[in-house]
Amino acid sequence: MPTLWLVVSVLVLAAIGYVLGRKRALQSAGGDVRALHSLPNYYGLNVAFAALIPALGVLLIWLLAQPMIVENSVSGLIPDEAIPEDSTRGLVMSDVRRVASGLDFAVEQGAMTLAESQSLKAEAGDIRARLGEVGVALGAEVEAEVLDAAQRYRQMTTTGTHAMTLIVALLAVAGLAIAYARTHKDFRARNVVERGILVLLILAASLAILTTVGIVFSMLFETMNFFGLHSWKDFFFGGTWAPNFRGDSELSILPLLWGTLYISFVALLVAVPIGLFAAIYLAEYANKATRSFAKPLLEILAGIPTIVYGLFALLTVGPMLVDFFGKGGFLGVEWMAGATSVLTAGVVMGIMLIPFVSSLSDDIINAVPQSMRDGSLGLGATKSETVRQVVLPAALPGIVGAVLLAASRAIGETMIVVMGAGAIAKFALNPLESMTTITTRIVSQLTGDTDFASPETLVAFALGLTLFVLTLGLNILALYIVRKYREQYE
Amino acid sequence: MTDISQSGAPKHASSLLSKDARTAKRNRAESRFKLYGILAIAVGLLMLITLVYNIVSRGTGAFTQTFVTLDVTLAEDKLDKNGNRNLDEIKKVSTFGYAPLIKDAISSEVEKLGIQTDLSAKDQAAILSKSAAAQLRDYVIANPDKIGETVQFRFLANSRVDGYMKGRVSRESIANDKSISPAQLDFVDQLVADGVIVKSFNLDFIFGADASDQRPEAAGIGVSMIGSLFMMLVVLALALPIGVAASIYLEEFAPKNWITDIIEVNISNLAAVPSIVFGILGLAVFINYMHLPMSAPLVGGLVLTLMTLPTIIISTRASLKAVPPSIRDAALGVGASKMQSVFHHVLPLAAPGILTGTIIGLAQALGETAPLLLIGMVGFIASNAPDSVASGLLSPNSAMPAQIYEWAKRADPAFYERAWGGIIILLIFLVTMNTVAVILRRRFERRW
Repeated sequence: MPTLWLVVSVLVLAAIGYVLGRKRALQSAGGDVRALHSLPNYYGLNVAFAALIPALGVLLIWLLAQPMIVENSVSGLIPDEAIPEDSTRGLVMSDVRRVASGLDFAVEQGAMTLAESQSLKAEAGDIRARLGEVGVALGAEVEAEVLDAAQRYRQMTTTGTHAMTLIVALLAVAGLAIAYARTHKDFRARNVVERGILVLLILAASLAILTTVGIVFSMLFETMNFFGLHSWKDFFFGGTWAPNFRGDSELSILPLLWGTLYISFVALLVAVPIGLFAAIYLAEYANKATRSFAKPLLEILAGIPTIVYGLFALLTVGPMLVDFFGKGGFLGVEWMAGATSVLTAGVVMGIMLIPFVSSLSDDIINAVPQSMRDGSLGLGATKSETVRQVVLPAALPGIVGAVLLAASRAIGETMIVVMGAGAIAKFALNPLESMTTITTRIVSQLTGDTDFASPETLVAFALGLTLFVLTLGLNILALYIVRKYREQYE
Repeated sequence: MTDISQSGAPKHASSLLSKDARTAKRNRAESRFKLYGILAIAVGLLMLITLVYNIVSRGTGAFTQTFVTLDVTLAEDKLDKNGNRNLDEIKKVSTFGYAPLIKDAISSEVEKLGIQTDLSAKDQAAILSKSAAAQLRDYVIANPDKIGETVQFRFLANSRVDGYMKGRVSRESIANDKSISPAQLDFVDQLVADGVIVKSFNLDFIFGADASDQRPEAAGIGVSMIGSLFMMLVVLALALPIGVAASIYLEEFAPKNWITDIIEVNISNLAAVPSIVFGILGLAVFINYMHLPMSAPLVGGLVLTLMTLPTIIISTRASLKAVPPSIRDAALGVGASKMQSVFHHVLPLAAPGILTGTIIGLAQALGETAPLLLIGMVGFIASNAPDSVASGLLSPNSAMPAQIYEWAKRADPAFYERAWGGIIILLIFLVTMNTVAVILRRRFERRW
């Protein structure tokens, strides 16, 4: 891994720079620390940062940009005729990459010399067999165009990596030299170092924005591609979800959205009453001991990984429901065919959401001023009347916010529905039938063999973007309501 | 005189000492309301208990396994025909070549114990795991000098036999099962009576590798645990410094303007983005664009880092906020720069809180599954432990939750027991991490 060694050598260089800079500063002050502008460490740090930051910054940008540039220029080398009917440019490019890395691997293993690997011709040798010897499996015999492109790919990658190593090493040395030359007792090392640190802090903080931008753009581009291949009208307004990997799929989000909302509704039906009553009891009735015992225990439910709930749905709740509603069950009805159903996923998700509703509502109920309760109790209302007629109406906006947050959580939940909800996309009202959700379909369209040029794969990005927008909207609305409500009593 | 004395009889028939119907109704409503609250909490706790009971009762089986102890004669004429102990020649004998040895061993054991059975030697050997021959072969290749001797081996029993020993499989349930017959179960009973088949603790489940879907009895979670470990290292190495740096900027240096506002809104929204969206981001950016290897813990770690960052930032900001301004003022007052006051005084005082938040964030990341599915950490058998740090980061591996999902998907119910067992291990990790976090908070928390 040459990149790793490059990073290590730059780090070593920076460490040397630290020692040198510190020494030089002390020397220039004649060994008297008080004569320096800054503490000696800052001179050392200044030299180290000068060696480190530009070099590593360029390295990072280079590593991000090089694959794209190489990919674009090599992809241009492949003529349209070289792309088989049933294939796409993206697939051919992945062949190119595989051949290129296979050749590199063969050289590394000593099965070929470097010169031999560069002079390979598609007509001359059986490349597939030779690569097979070193354990690189290729799907088909290598075409001449692919081989050319692969050679070009290798060449450009090698040149790029060499150039990168050179430039990064030069930058590190130059940074070190310049900073070292500037080191003098009157140099304001601390100010420079602190400004550098501040820039790093700002960069770290903007990573949050970068992540959001990354999320939006990565999904937006693929969604655009998807709408280029598939009509957006069918996606948003069609009525069937029937992906077909031979093409001609009907990919409409509506049945998935129905399943998602139905399951979330069932989950909220479980979570909201339980969570709300638990919160009321904990906030208004429970003594301190009960509170300190029950609240953390309830919150454990939120800390359990969703895979556990998924397994619980698939192997415990689902079979239990079948025992009641299935063929030969206790009720003697035959309403349920398999363990996966809306009810299975909904109930389990509801259990998961109880602490979301209860904790947030608890905080909100506690924020209602005591004077309002006192007023109501003073007029002779009972405690429950106070809660129902004074506290809850006052806390209502906040509770609505809590429920919205729980709903957004339910819509985006993946593992429980992947394992408990089933895979059939349909509009049905029976909660004992299995239905599917947006997240389930994202997982199934993007796992396994995926071809990033087919609408059946790309639809996952459109689904993801819809999900993102939906949950984001709910969150912003919920946070807005909660914040508005807090202001009211502060 | 007032009105009251004029009206002779009192308006209300009731007195303060006895309840009227309306008060009684109101009091009943009151206790009903209170009961609803108690019921709600009871239901919540009951769910928790059910869940834990379910996990423990179904998962503990994975930690024990049925073993068959046999004396195998490593016949020279089968394993090393030329008798020269040449390792290359020994390696040419495939696992098929070892199967007869096992058959012979079990037949001689039956003869020695005087067990009456109509089963053929092949059916007798079928109670062993399919991995038995491979186990024998590995042993012979490691110790070629033992050829010709008789060595005692502890083989894994077949998953059906194991299920029978644990009560999962019964004579009724195997009516349509081709891989085992009631006669074989009778045979197993006889061997159990003679102490050849025993159920004992199975360390291989905790430290071993996953096995193909034909051999649930040999599957372990060890390799995916290493995968999880590497991912957590990546998360720790990236999320902690970046998260702390971002929080320091936002809490201590950021001017109040619209850019800061955008960053803050962004962070609180990122915390609520569904985890699967981070998986899509990872697939699109790290795998499709940057061509990092599929299924690599490095990619998993990067995705989980992005997911954990908001958690760490939020908790770090809270603990920075908790350090009183007097500390900063004192540092500034004796001539420290703003940066020095933060790094020398505020940050060390906030460290316990930051650490607690980081551990909780890591625990969250450890249990996350959905994004890992999209970057390909399922669908294959995590059978090889990585041999170096680089391969630990870059070669395909699974992670604990992904491995559990993988087991839950497989057809053989014997894997469900493994999945529950895996959950026990995962939860032990999570409980430990959270306990450490709570202890740290109790121990080092300072009230100013």
